[in-house]
Amino acid sequence: MEAPRGLRVLLAVILIGLVLFPLVGERFYIQYATKIMILAIFAMSLDLLVGYTGLVSLGHALCYGIAGYALALVGGHAAVSLWWSLPAAMLVSALAALVVGVLVLRTAGIYFIMVTLAFAQMLYYYVRDSEYFGGSDGIYLDVRPTLSLFGWAPVDLGNQLHRYYLTLALAVATYVVLRSVLRSPFGRVLIGIRDNEPRMRSLGFPTFRYKLACFVLAGALAGLAGYMTAVQDGIMNPEQLGWHRSGEALMMVILGGMGTLAGPALGAGALMVLELVFSIWTKYWQLLLGGFIVAVVLFLPGGLGGVFARRRGGADRG
Amino acid sequence: MDFATFLIQLLNGVQYGLLLFLIASGLTLIFGIMGVINLAHGSFYMIGAYLAFSLTGLIGNFWLALPAGVALAVLLGIALEWLLIRHLYRRDHLYQVLLTYGLILVFGELRSILFGDDVHSVAVPALLNFSIRLTDTLSYPVYRLAMSGVCLLLAAGMYWLIARTRLGMTIRAGSVNREMVQALGINVGLLYRLVFALGVALAAFAGMLAAPVASVYPGMGNQVLIISFVVIVIGGIGSVRGALAASLLIGLADVFGQVVFPQIAGMTVYLVMAAVLVWRPRGLFGSA
Amino acid sequence: MAEAALRTEGLSRAFGGLAAVSGVSLECRSGSVHAVIGPNGAGKTTLINMLSGDLAPSGGRIELFGEDVTGLPPERISQRGVGRSYQKTNIFLGFSAFENCRLAAQSRLPSSMRFFRRAERYHEVNAAAARALAAAGLGDRGDVRAAALSHGEQRQLEIAMTLATAPRVLLLDEPLAGMGAEESARMVALIRALKERHAVLLVEHDMDAVFAVADTLTVMVNGTVLASGRPSEIRASREVQQAYLGEGEAHV
Repeated sequence: MEAPRGLRVLLAVILIGLVLFPLVGERFYIQYATKIMILAIFAMSLDLLVGYTGLVSLGHALCYGIAGYALALVGGHAAVSLWWSLPAAMLVSALAALVVGVLVLRTAGIYFIMVTLAFAQMLYYYVRDSEYFGGSDGIYLDVRPTLSLFGWAPVDLGNQLHRYYLTLALAVATYVVLRSVLRSPFGRVLIGIRDNEPRMRSLGFPTFRYKLACFVLAGALAGLAGYMTAVQDGIMNPEQLGWHRSGEALMMVILGGMGTLAGPALGAGALMVLELVFSIWTKYWQLLLGGFIVAVVLFLPGGLGGVFARRRGGADRG
Repeated sequence: MDFATFLIQLLNGVQYGLLLFLIASGLTLIFGIMGVINLAHGSFYMIGAYLAFSLTGLIGNFWLALPAGVALAVLLGIALEWLLIRHLYRRDHLYQVLLTYGLILVFGELRSILFGDDVHSVAVPALLNFSIRLTDTLSYPVYRLAMSGVCLLLAAGMYWLIARTRLGMTIRAGSVNREMVQALGINVGLLYRLVFALGVALAAFAGMLAAPVASVYPGMGNQVLIISFVVIVIGGIGSVRGALAASLLIGLADVFGQVVFPQIAGMTVYLVMAAVLVWRPRGLFGSA
Repeated sequence: MAEAALRTEGLSRAFGGLAAVSGVSLECRSGSVHAVIGPNGAGKTTLINMLSGDLAPSGGRIELFGEDVTGLPPERISQRGVGRSYQKTNIFLGFSAFENCRLAAQSRLPSSMRFFRRAERYHEVNAAAARALAAAGLGDRGDVRAAALSHGEQRQLEIAMTLATAPRVLLLDEPLAGMGAEESARMVALIRALKERHAVLLVEHDMDAVFAVADTLTVMVNGTVLASGRPSEIRASREVQQAYLGEGEAHV
């Protein structure tokens, strides 16, 4: 399913804005924008599961947090190179997704949601209650990964501006890669599975395999977001594994428009920006944000991204 | 663990389980009959607790505050269903999830505006504010026993309602085939409004009942929410019987888990859920 | 004589204590249509569900071109050359008619774990889809969204999707369900054309259609086979007339 043209145009405009933003923005806002972009990566990876394959996971933060913790543990005190530590962290996430996926993908519906939640919560409690992982305080990163090419190190991840642009590049790369994957035969199978899995099987597709591959891919990309969170924040704590993180990401996906990729990225931005704006206006910002969410659900059937969809005769997905 | 401690934990576990049952039964009714995933359910529990706090303060009497609070909760449920929830029946479950998540934020902030963010307490009503002796060294608060008793009464009441009355029959029929029930001339809209109000009232009542022992604090809704979903999944969606069995199971597992396996205390509940789902993928009493 | 494309021996399926299908043995050969008829509740749907792998048999054997395929899941049965159409239209409503067939045809790629080339660029897949659409009579309706097709066209799309998987055996479950006279005639012509290169097992209620295309007829009642043979024999059988055909003219 392609995102509506208007939405993609909006995203292109936002992209240009993001490239230019640091020239005028203050440090706090640059930090915040970096956070938003990381969450956009996380949301897009969840959309692969939720919007395109119909797998609603409430445990996506498991793959997200595990990568961040991996970096914190391995590269928290002595700097490691991003070139190997990033793929390694993503691999850890992918493996976690593989193990959980094999166990969990046999269930469906609300049971799938709850079992994914259960696994994430179990890891959350384990990490929170164990000393090795720093308990509920978490682990600090005193240094950041290095990014050097044959001794030339133009990028210093200790520098907020560099982190900002690296994150931007990664977010764009994530979008491009996912877009390409979703247009491929693999992507078509996922969409078919979401629409009518039994029919896919009777057409000869071994659907379990594809769901698992999707789960692993989504997990790896969540790991990318988690790694960058550790880089950006300089700290990993158990809340990054908790259901609030998973739930928040799910809200971004639904709010932005499921199954459009651009929508969830927009949803991440919308939720974070509104949180900031509302909290500047009033101490009781959650009231406004909650009201906004309720209004979107009632009046915008396809989420925020749905605003750009052309009117069709007959409902798309109900 | 000596016998006295075991007995205390057992009583605690049962009491916690029965309280969970009140909350979970409302949730499973709303999900099973109306097909609505209600994330705001924990908020209703919290609202109940805060109602107990404020109404007891206003009226001066816990016993009068209870029915007043329930009445207010029923009104809230009716209003919410009529204003918001009924627009979601035909839509993807995920939109219900998102809307009710928005409601969590709204209710949380309203509570903050009206009552602030402090922790409050509600006094145990004087009538029940004593303990009975279990052994030479240990005694158990009567109020907790009373709580369990009330929950059991309500459980029996719900069984009677659902299995033995026409309303209950309509509820069961409506969960299986909404269109058919409509075609038979039954006002499904009204039915759903009642079911939703019932669910809200149960959660709020649980909050009111628990207020004297659990204290009244901002995050209480969230904690209870997740556990409630675990309970209804273990019990089987839509099954009140299942909710009872699962609540007791989880109540006991949680309480004993903390005593016997403190290292994995938080995880116990999820391990139990995973184990049950492996054995019975649709929950204990779930239908296909 | 070519071996049977599809063969069952003593096939049964019970649900709890209820035997939905017992001891059904039949054969289906390439180049012919084997129709299975019977009143509602006779077990025809359960039978076809077992043949397509959607349901596992409780007993008995299913052979495809001589190989035992009893109890295999639907994706494996499909990959061995069986295509099944559904009584209740089971298409992808959100896709265009062409995309429905394209996806079906894509199942014949050795693997769909291909991530970086656009799905539309697989020309053989596109060609197979176009052929299937044309064969089912929907050649000029490819761009229409499946949800917007008429009922009859959706039934045609059901068949087209099945054809796009290049099956050797076709299991058609009430393809004429809900069709008017003109659409039925078209579907009958299609089935007749298909039988040349496939082994077709047809479950149907429409007696006119059945007698127009079937080479062999099996009558099922209460889960068992009442009679099996050539259409003329079945028509003449008093047993069958009493049990089934005599129950008022089956509606057309």
